[in-house]
This record gives sequence, C-alpha cells and structure tokens, in this order.
Amino acid sequence: MISNTSLKDNFLSFFFSIGFSKNFLNFLWIVFSILLLMLGVTIGVLVLVWLERKISAAIQQRIGPEYAGPLGIIQALADGIKLFFKEDIIPTQGDAWLFNIGPVLVLIPVFLSYLVIPFESNIILANFSIGVFFWIAVSSVVPLGLLMAGYGSNNKYSFLGGLRAAAQSISYEIPLALSVLSIALLSNSLSTIDIVEAQSKYGFLSWNLWRQPIGFLIFFIASLAECERLPFDLPEAEEELVAGYQTEYSGMKFAFFYLASYLNLLVSSLFVTILFLGGWHFSIPFFFSFKYFEWDLLNNAVNYVINTIIGIVITLIKSYLFLFISIMTRWTLPRIRIDQLLNLGWKFLLPIALGNLLLTTSFQLFLL
Amino acid sequence: MYVVRKFRGKLSADAARSKNIYFLFTANKIKRENFTMILFYVFVVLALVSGAMVIRAKNPVHSVLFLILVFCNTSGLLVLLGLDFFAMIFLVVYVGAIAVLFLFVVMMLHIRIEEIHENVLRYLPVGGIIGLIFLLEIFLMVDNDYIPILPTKLSATYLTYTVYAGKIHSWTNLETLGNLLYTTYFFLFLVSSLILLVALIGAIVLTMHKTTKVKRQDVFIQNAIDFQNTIKKVR
Repeated sequence: MISNTSLKDNFLSFFFSIGFSKNFLNFLWIVFSILLLMLGVTIGVLVLVWLERKISAAIQQRIGPEYAGPLGIIQALADGIKLFFKEDIIPTQGDAWLFNIGPVLVLIPVFLSYLVIPFESNIILANFSIGVFFWIAVSSVVPLGLLMAGYGSNNKYSFLGGLRAAAQSISYEIPLALSVLSIALLSNSLSTIDIVEAQSKYGFLSWNLWRQPIGFLIFFIASLAECERLPFDLPEAEEELVAGYQTEYSGMKFAFFYLASYLNLLVSSLFVTILFLGGWHFSIPFFFSFKYFEWDLLNNAVNYVINTIIGIVITLIKSYLFLFISIMTRWTLPRIRIDQLLNLGWKFLLPIALGNLLLTTSFQLFLL
Repeated sequence: MYVVRKFRGKLSADAARSKNIYFLFTANKIKRENFTMILFYVFVVLALVSGAMVIRAKNPVHSVLFLILVFCNTSGLLVLLGLDFFAMIFLVVYVGAIAVLFLFVVMMLHIRIEEIHENVLRYLPVGGIIGLIFLLEIFLMVDNDYIPILPTKLSATYLTYTVYAGKIHSWTNLETLGNLLYTTYFFLFLVSSLILLVALIGAIVLTMHKTTKVKRQDVFIQNAIDFQNTIKKVR
C-alpha cells in the first residue's frame, strides 16, 4: 500500500477541500515556498552574524555579544531593529534615484540566487536546466548597484570605493565562472540537482573536491572576493575610505548592504556544498542504509519528511564548514591592496582557471 | 476560467478524471498564454521606452543605465522565446561586462550634462528619413510566422502541434548550441575568437608603457636591503 501523492498534492488538496480555487492554490504554493525560503534565509543570516561575532571574538580572545539574549543570540536582531529605526538621509547634491536604487540592485540578485539552491532532491524552488549559470548571470548585476551607490553619493571617497568595488567584482567573476564551468563539465549538466547527484555514488570519496582541487581553491578565493570579505575588503576598507561606497548610507539602506554581504556569503557557502562537497547526501561511503529510515512501511509520509529533514541538516552542516573557514580567514589575513587584488584576479587566477578547464577537458577526453 | 461540459451516459472514473484534466490543461494553457502575452507586451514596451530614454536622458550616466534596462528587457524577451541560456548570457556579457565598463568610462570622464533644448530639431530631416526607411524594412521582414510569441491567432480553437520526440529526451539550449557551434559552424567560432584577439592586442598596445622608466615595487629587492649597504657614514 504505497501512496502516490506528494507533499505538494496533499497540501493543495487540503486547501482545496476548504474551498479555494485551483489557480489561487498554485499561486499560493509558489508564494508560500518563496516566503518560507526567504524566512529561512533571513534567520540563517541572523545566525551567521552571531557566528561571525562569536568566532571573531574567540580568535581575538574576547567574548563577543553576551548581553542580548542568552549567549548574545538576539544581538543581530537587535542590530537590525536599530537600523530599521534610524533616519534615512539622502545627500542633497547627489543623484537621488541612483542613491536609492543602488542598495536594491545589490540585494535583490543575492536573494534571486537562492532560487536554484537545493536543500534536498525535491526541496528546490526552481530546477532550471541552467541552474548554476543562473546564479552567475544574476550576480553580474551586483557591480552595477555598487557603481550606482558610489556615484550617487556625491562623495569622492564613496565614488572611489564604488569604482574599486565594481572593478573587484568584475575581475573575480571570470575565474568563478570558469571553475563552475569545470564542475559542469564533470557533471554533464548545469542543473544543481544533477551536479549533486553526480557526487552521490561513493559517499565522500566521490566529492568534486577531490576531482577539482584547483577549482575548489579558485572558487574559494573568487567567492570571497565577490562577497567583499577580507582579505578582499578594500571597498569597505575600514581605515582608509571611511566605509567606501557605503559611507553616505544610513538606516535601512545600510542594512541592505550589510544583509547583502552576509547573504552573499551564505549563498557562496551553500554553492560550495553543492558543487564540491556533495550536497545533501550523507557522505559516509557504503553506509547508505543508515540514511533511509524505514520507520513504518505503511506510513510513507513520515519516512519522506524525516529523510528530507536529514538532508537539509546535512546541507547546513557542510555549509557551516565553509562559513567557519571564511570567518577564520577574515580575522587572520591582512587586507590586500587594490593593485595586488587586480593582479591576483587577472594575472594569477584567470590563467590558472583556464588551465584547470583545459586539464578537466583533457581528462574527460582521456578517460572516456 | 473553467470549461464545463455535461457528460451523457456513464463514464468510468478514470475517463472522467482524464477528461477533467484535459479541460483544465487547455484552460491553464490559455491562462498561461495570456500571461505570456502580458509579459511580452510589458517587456517590449519597457525596452522601447528605455531605448528612447537612452538618447533623451540629459545625464550620460542615466543614458547608460537606460541601456542596461534595454538589455535586461531583451533578456526577458529571450526567456519568453524559450532561450534560457542566451538570456543568461545576455545578462553576463552585456549587463555584467559591457555595460559596467561603459559606466566606468562615463563616470570617470568629465562629461558635462548637455542642454538638449536647442539643436534638437537639427537632425530631424535626415535622421527622420533614415528612421522611416529602417521601420519600413522591419515591417517588410517581420511576418507573424517568424515571431511565434505574437498572440495573433489566440482563440479557443487554437491548435498547436507538439513535437512528441522532444518530450522524451529534450536537449537543453546549451547542448544544442554546443552540437552546432563547434562542429558545423566551427569556422565562425574561430573567426570571432580571432576578432576578439585583435581587439585585445589593440587595447594592450594602446595602454602599454615603456617598462624601463617606470618605478615598480619588487618585494624581494625590498626585503634584501641591508643596513650596511644603504646607510653610509659620510663624516
């Protein structure tokens, strides 16, 4: 007695029995999933901010937030509420339209890239056939927002910071795209679910991390540069440019930049788990019987839900590894200069990424 | 909207359910085509208005930003045509690279905001004739068969043909492109890469400076500085 209905059908038929129409239910399903993901991601950012402050405090041998809530958990929420209530200042001589639209163009592409992240084989908002490439395409809009924010601020330091930030972003997009391309070559598809499924055969021995070690390093460095985290912190160089392109922003728009930075870090680490660390699969090789609990053969739904929850938890644990490495890197390495940054992007990472692609294609030809 | 139909006689439950699904499918298909039509018109109107604003904006930075809007709307039109990969390529190449570099140049050059109140009618005769010729050519070439997303035959009895082979294993955009571009049309691909190489060499030649007279930092020489060799006691 195996039931054929999926979670979505059960949900929809429940609401249909109450009396909504089918079209409204389809619309409601889409809106509900998007809202759920956005809520989850925002809570993830709050957790990430807390993690960063606690880990940085531990590295610097102090305690970090401890007064707002137990262990300082509510500190990030308190900061968000404070930013919400601050006055919104717009420079008079600056370009008001560009000033206002800049933060929006930085934040929305990062939210859009959560569309293609799978937390489990069915838990993905949009399973495009061009999955990962959608993230790369949409994150190409971010330098525009940075330029607009810098230009519209009527401030020389903001303008310089905006130019530097945009130069950094476009310089590191190409090695990022090339390392993702090598992964897509290995997995025969650009869809994120196919990339994870291609790493599922032998547990952690079939991770793309071992098949593309150079690609992983390139992706790591390039994604840190795209998120503007230290050591690529120059646009926000806290000692040199006041706050770079974010100088003139206050209140909610500054919160947008802050949020976009942490969201970008979270999405980068989720992509690292998907592309290199095997996604939601429980990666102990040949121990696959552990994952699929057979609580009750008659009740397939509980089975399904528990497997899904295990998959989501595994994805989050694996992305935490990359988050921890990013936060440690931020508080360990010094900042690099703009010319060293551009040198690294164009003269070091780009040739190595191309060489990695060449190596990957040669191996694909050779081994087939 | 639902199509209601009364069944005469008894039908089995499966047949009834399949007929309901068929009617819902056609009703949903018409709804989807309505939605596609609305999106098409939105993208087209926004693209045309942004294109007009490119030449009408006083601030050159605004011009480039309206150009970016044109690219984004064109990318949306490509998605409506079913070319998802090309839409993303538009975003990456046009918006992410070309427009950003345009913005760099426009923002850093001291371009004064022009007054367009005078001289606007100066180019109207010749420009108008060229524009009208262009529009005439476009209307001669465009036929409804070339642009399948124009909803000209939308009605309840709109028959579409289905390529059933495509439903079994359909190639993605990327696979199709790869199968054609590197095999049948490889020559065009190589020639375009040569054109890009020429542009690259041109840019490097224009900006290359003599390397002997430029002061550079060399970290190894700086680290190898010795106190005995640099500071000399004169008196």
